[in-house]
Amino acid sequence: MNLLAVHVPWGLALGIKTLIVLIVVPTGALLLGYVFLLKMMSHMQSRLGPMEAGPHGSLQLVADGLKFLQKEDVILAEADRPVFKLAPAVVVLSTFLIFAVIPVGPGPGGVVANLDVGVFYALAVSSLSVIGVLMAGWASANKYALLGALRAAAQLIAYELPLLLAVVGVVLQAGTMNLQSIVLAQQNGAIFGWDFLGNPYILTQFIGFALFMVAAQAELTQTPFDMPVAESELVAGYMVEYTGFRFLFFFIGEFGTATAFAALAATLFLGGYALPWFHGSAATLLGPFVLIAKMMLVAFFIFWVRFTYPRLREDQLQSLAWKVLIPLALLNIVLTGVFKVIV
Amino acid sequence: MTPFQLSRWSAQLATTTALSHYYQSYIAVAVFGIAACVLVATLLGVGRMLRPDVARGEKYIAYESGSDPIGSWGQSNVRYYIYALLFVIFDVEGVFIFPWAVNLGSNSNGVGLGVFGLVEMLVFVAILALGLVYAWRKGVLRWA
Repeated sequence: MNLLAVHVPWGLALGIKTLIVLIVVPTGALLLGYVFLLKMMSHMQSRLGPMEAGPHGSLQLVADGLKFLQKEDVILAEADRPVFKLAPAVVVLSTFLIFAVIPVGPGPGGVVANLDVGVFYALAVSSLSVIGVLMAGWASANKYALLGALRAAAQLIAYELPLLLAVVGVVLQAGTMNLQSIVLAQQNGAIFGWDFLGNPYILTQFIGFALFMVAAQAELTQTPFDMPVAESELVAGYMVEYTGFRFLFFFIGEFGTATAFAALAATLFLGGYALPWFHGSAATLLGPFVLIAKMMLVAFFIFWVRFTYPRLREDQLQSLAWKVLIPLALLNIVLTGVFKVIV
Repeated sequence: MTPFQLSRWSAQLATTTALSHYYQSYIAVAVFGIAACVLVATLLGVGRMLRPDVARGEKYIAYESGSDPIGSWGQSNVRYYIYALLFVIFDVEGVFIFPWAVNLGSNSNGVGLGVFGLVEMLVFVAILALGLVYAWRKGVLRWA
């Protein structure tokens, strides 16, 4: 809030930021859902997709949301009711908490919680969602749901590690886990003395970036890693017994987390809200838009892969994580450490 | 309590007790968590006012593609408990490796772990990698 040089009390600033993020998370989910799930997938498959609600079908998901609001809330007779009701809230909570540390501008005003353990915190709260998924799968009293939840747990166990270890390279280079400092380190950095672009870590941490993207794809249960929700065999996995808005919360959780992971990848590897050679108040104002542009670019890759590759089998999925990604991640850490100390 | 009221309250708390920046950050995280729960509760509350509620026995049976379910939970072969054990080992490695990664290079005071820290971590990573290779050779990583 140092943007306009007006002193805003900390509590008020926090209240405003909380309201902004309350709007940003569902909007981000709608944006990604519309642009990629409805339109990009349709056009890649030579069809138009929804066209009726709003210009070019742009209000389709808003209409869907209003429809879901009017749907009956069915809870099975055999379901574990409290757990069943709590599960979507856990997933949404996990999504919200990630956004607390993603910076959209410089200084303490540009981020909600400027935590020193930023990246670590983001990865920790993002894996809370698997608890919600397990709760949903168990409480549904449905065999499809239980299988889906167990598969989700297996997958998240396998891909949590490459995600964690891929980020270590960035932390090594920046010397900090604070996301604001990581952005600044990229803006003001240099690659072997060459500082024209700064040092966006995608260049020096390319292995880390590739690992992060593959692992994020799996954490988001996007195809080719969509065994937990595989429509053709498990209907919708852990979501199968959910109706109305409770179902929609899983949707918001999925696409909101996709937004968060894309923003996180943009912050860690593409320089975040900052552009090289661009400082001052104009840069501060443009920050959020720069971040959104980079976030959409990363999200485009996530969904491009989703619409292109067939689903991996459970054993292929596990061996990819343990026999390829984790050894590569360890190698990346060793190489980055050696370069950090020797060069 | 709305997020706005909560922020007012926490602002008062911050001014009266002069909370450090550190605690402010974590209060922000707590406010976020509460805001998420309020959002879920609000939308479900609005839904409760709008949605119909027509009780019919068949609705409350689990969906299994049309046939009546036999039993509720069923058994599933959890094949990945060894993966889970490996996960715990490597996750603990993650906990150790992050502080190391922050402190390896020299900071603004010129203090860093340097070559000594690097060699120490190389030994640690090598031992863990050896464990992974052992599990691999033993056929633990085969999904069977």
